Amino acid sequence: MLARRGQRQRGGRRHGRDSPEGVDDGTQLTLWTRAPMEKQATLLVDAYNASHENQVSLTITPNDDYVAKVGAAAGSSSLPDLFAADIVYVPNWTSQGLFTDITDRIDGLPYADELAQGHIDAGTYEDQEYVLPFVLDLSVMFYNKDLYREAGLDPEKPPTTLKEYGEHAKAISALGKDGVSGTYFGGNCGGCTLFTWFPSVWAGGDQVLSADGTESLLASDTAKDVYAVYKDMVDSGAIGNGTKDETGATWTGPFQEGKVGVMPYPATLLSTAAETVDVGVAPIPGPDGGESTFVGGDGIGISKDSKNEAAAWNFLSWLTSEDAQVEVLAKNNDVVSRADLADNKYAAVDPRLVTINEVAAKGSTPVAINFQQAFNAPDSPWLTLVRGAVFGDAKSIDADNDEITAVLDQ
Amino acid sequence: MTTHTTAPVSTPRPAARPAGRRSRRSALRGRGAQGWLYAMPTAVFVGLFFIVPILLVVQMSVSDWPLLAGNRGPNFPENFQDVVANKYFWPSIVFTLKYTVIATVLLLGLGLGMALLVQESTRWKGFLRTAFLVPSALGLASASLLFYALYSPQSGPISPFLEKLGLVDEPISFLGTPTAALWSTVFLIVWRFAGFYMLLLLVGLQNIPGEVYEAARIDGAKPFQIFRSITLPLLRPSLMLCTIMCVTGSLLAFDQFYILTKGGPDNSTITVVQLIYNMAFQGQNDLGRAAALSILVLLALIVINALQFRGMRQTDEK
Repeated sequence: MLARRGQRQRGGRRHGRDSPEGVDDGTQLTLWTRAPMEKQATLLVDAYNASHENQVSLTITPNDDYVAKVGAAAGSSSLPDLFAADIVYVPNWTSQGLFTDITDRIDGLPYADELAQGHIDAGTYEDQEYVLPFVLDLSVMFYNKDLYREAGLDPEKPPTTLKEYGEHAKAISALGKDGVSGTYFGGNCGGCTLFTWFPSVWAGGDQVLSADGTESLLASDTAKDVYAVYKDMVDSGAIGNGTKDETGATWTGPFQEGKVGVMPYPATLLSTAAETVDVGVAPIPGPDGGESTFVGGDGIGISKDSKNEAAAWNFLSWLTSEDAQVEVLAKNNDVVSRADLADNKYAAVDPRLVTINEVAAKGSTPVAINFQQAFNAPDSPWLTLVRGAVFGDAKSIDADNDEITAVLDQ
Repeated sequence: MTTHTTAPVSTPRPAARPAGRRSRRSALRGRGAQGWLYAMPTAVFVGLFFIVPILLVVQMSVSDWPLLAGNRGPNFPENFQDVVANKYFWPSIVFTLKYTVIATVLLLGLGLGMALLVQESTRWKGFLRTAFLVPSALGLASASLLFYALYSPQSGPISPFLEKLGLVDEPISFLGTPTAALWSTVFLIVWRFAGFYMLLLLVGLQNIPGEVYEAARIDGAKPFQIFRSITLPLLRPSLMLCTIMCVTGSLLAFDQFYILTKGGPDNSTITVVQLIYNMAFQGQNDLGRAAALSILVLLALIVINALQFRGMRQTDEK
């Protein structure tokens, strides 16, 4: 308690009026985010509250209910001061006017050009900027080094092509260990598959969407090669029980239990997975090489309903500062959202973090207004494409891709 | 003490009252006002929490009303056209009806069977009644989560257990195919609700006078004849109540499918209410269309319930 108070006195300068750092005058702020970002959000809010006069109260909502909660609040003008959004929904939400325009404030940051460009782009609508990166979540290949050793694979040589990934998965599956499978993925989860499969398309040199986000390019030869690798793993039985039914609620579970050899995985869960498994990390490769990642995670902005814009900005400017990025996020094995801080003292200690930070620069964030309906919804055409392509006969890919375009182009 | 002293004061004393007529009229008016006062809380609650929301839904259903942007003016009849044109509209209706028939037949059949069992069994009565009723104490969402875990291909215990017994060779995918997902959900619903319907039917059974059975037995009726000619007819009011509740509940099925299948696999288990939810919150984010479908469901339910009530009245008259 004493230490906490001391910190607050040191860190908490009072600002009577608005400044580039916003106002820190003891305002009570509210912040909403979704459950997958719970760990990072809690750490950030605790660190901010301990060092500032402003106090942020954090509300965490289950992933599937978050859109409904934000929608209800937006309709009744009762959004919190700050709220985070899955970065793929941000283009839609900014176009609907849910966030306050903070273009001038962002441009006033000395490190504005270093901020994760994918997130800034997703939060830009009609040349105005509304959103800063909150937590970056990248998809990378995780592999279980113990299982690699048992299967006679070199634990320091992760797959460098998607096809090699398939071979590794089959080799681990061939061990025949009870409950252990070569790989695992969310076979009934649009969000999981786009997060982990799009990077392979990018790594192969193709795009997934047209630049304006109204056309789907997911029937390209590269994309079909990607599906074929997954279909091959399905057909040869290298996937875990329940892959086909996995709706996303537990898609990261089996790896953490040490039951999966190798699979694309959210980088934010490195510290969690490393508690139980000897985790190796590698970039997600394309069918014949290359590497990329999905720069996902959450963006954060000030809501249209906030009456404390200057105080809310104080949180956002602190969030992008070195104090928050390095001393909170990097210190807890998370990816920083500023390129100039990627090479920090904490990341240097763990080569896996170096891998993750390096691939971050090669990744992409797809931008489309109707993204949720086309890809994340349980009845989305993308999910139909995925299931047809890897569990079915893979003959409907072109038709399903047209369905995605039809939704994107509404 | 206090009641004794106040009671005499409140008794009317004609002698003490001023001129008769006016007092009676004011007393009548007083009683009318009193009646209104008594009814007022209910009227306010019904108005506030039933009429107003329904009017709001009606307004939404004829408006262009995106979830995140609010009301953007009238959009009738486009909302309704869009709903009917949705590619899951007819499949969801067919699936909901199929599910309703299966659930109603199984729940009422098993509920009645269990009620008869509990009624007849003397020794195990308490145990059976408790065992059948306990699942009803669990919320539907909690029960669905429990079965989600039980069915889980990764950690569920049922499939390995059956494999050990040698009943199946491969792991069972409880939610993997459309048929399996439907029956797995039906199993959950039967487990959760059969006890509840048993209780309702048990009350009905206990209301049948014992003399009727006695008379039938004296006349030499066989057990099946007694069941068909006495139990069933006299149980009809309870059976009709259960049917109405079960049909309405099943047509509005949501929680169990939302948690267990999310409408999958391959969009094969989307119920009508799930479609409403999808339209409102899962991608389209269109409250106008969702409200339009809600109105259609409401109208359908009113018609179905009216038909059921009429059926009930006709059988009563017979």
